[in-house]
Amino acid sequence: MAKIHLNGKKVTIKPKTTIYELLKKIKLHSKKVAIEHNGIIIPKSNYKKKYLKNNDKLEVVHFIGGG
Amino acid sequence: MKKDIFKVANKKLKSRLIVGTGKYKNFRETARAVKESGADMVTVAVRRVNILDKKKPILTDYLNPKKIIYLPNTAGCFTSEEALRTLRLAREMGGWKLVKLEVLGDKKTLYPNMIETLKSTKILVKEGFKVMVYCTDDVLLAKKLEDFGASAIMPLGSPIGSGLGLQNKVNISLIIKQSKIPVIVDAGIGTASDATIAMEMGCDGVLINSAIANSKNPIKMAKAFKNAVISGRDSYLAGRMKKNYFAIPSSPTDGLI
Repeated sequence: MAKIHLNGKKVTIKPKTTIYELLKKIKLHSKKVAIEHNGIIIPKSNYKKKYLKNNDKLEVVHFIGGG
Repeated sequence: MKKDIFKVANKKLKSRLIVGTGKYKNFRETARAVKESGADMVTVAVRRVNILDKKKPILTDYLNPKKIIYLPNTAGCFTSEEALRTLRLAREMGGWKLVKLEVLGDKKTLYPNMIETLKSTKILVKEGFKVMVYCTDDVLLAKKLEDFGASAIMPLGSPIGSGLGLQNKVNISLIIKQSKIPVIVDAGIGTASDATIAMEMGCDGVLINSAIANSKNPIKMAKAFKNAVISGRDSYLAGRMKKNYFAIPSSPTDGLI
C-alpha cells in the first residue's frame, strides 16, 4: 500500500495506482477537475500514465462560486 | 448609429454586466440570479475538491460552462506565485485562457498588490493568457497594465464587498479616457444606481457580486442591475445635456398670454 497526501489529507491507496484510477475510485470526473502532482500540473491526457508513489502530494481542484 | 458591441479579448459579450458567483445561499439561487442578470460571463474561484463529501453539489451542474463564459479568478491569492499557480490550474481544467487576475495585498482592505499584479500580468500574457486585471485606480499603473498586454482593466470603486459605491470617480474617469482596452469597475458597487453611474461615466462594463448576492432579494436585484447597466450605457451613448447654473424654461415663452 502507498500513502499519499490528497488535498492535504493522508490517504492510503493500492500500489501502482494511476491518477485516472484514483479519480475513478473517488468518483470524480476528470473533465471537472485539474490536478497538481508534487507541484506540477498534470495534463488530462497523462492521467492514465501517471502512477502515484508513496508520499506523493496531490492537489485536486475545481471551480466554485466566487467573485 | 453604429451597433454598440462589447468585446473583451475578442469575445463578444451581449451584456456589459459581469457577475460573480460567490456568497449566494445555494447554487440554485446563484443560477437564478445569473439568469435574471442577463450576464454572459461569470467569475468563478478555484478551490480544492472536497474529497470527503462527494455529495456536495458542484457549480458546473448549475451553470453550464458551455453556455456561459467562466472567468476563473485568483481570489484569495496574495502573491504572484499563488495567482499563477491558480490560473495555470484553471487553464488545465477547461482550457480557459481568459482569466481574472487579482493579487491582494492586505487582508483587511483586500486592496490589490499592484507590484505583484504587474509582475503576474507580464508572465501570464507571455504564457498566452488573456488577462482581465483587478487593480487600484492609479492612472499610471492602469496604463502600465495596458502596456503589459492586459485584456481589460478592472479598477475598484471601493473595497471588495464594502458596497460603498464609486469613491474615486475622477480617477476612474481618467483611466477610461486614456485606455484603449475595456475598463470594468470591479468591487465596491453597492446598489443598482452605482452601476448606472459607472456606466454613464463611460465604463465598458461592471462586475458585481456582493451587491446582488447580499441583497435581500438577489433574484430581483440581479434584474435591477441588468436594467441599471443598460440604462447607464444608453445614457452614456445618448450624451447628457449641458449643466446650467440658472433655470431654462421647458415651455416656450412665445405666445404667453
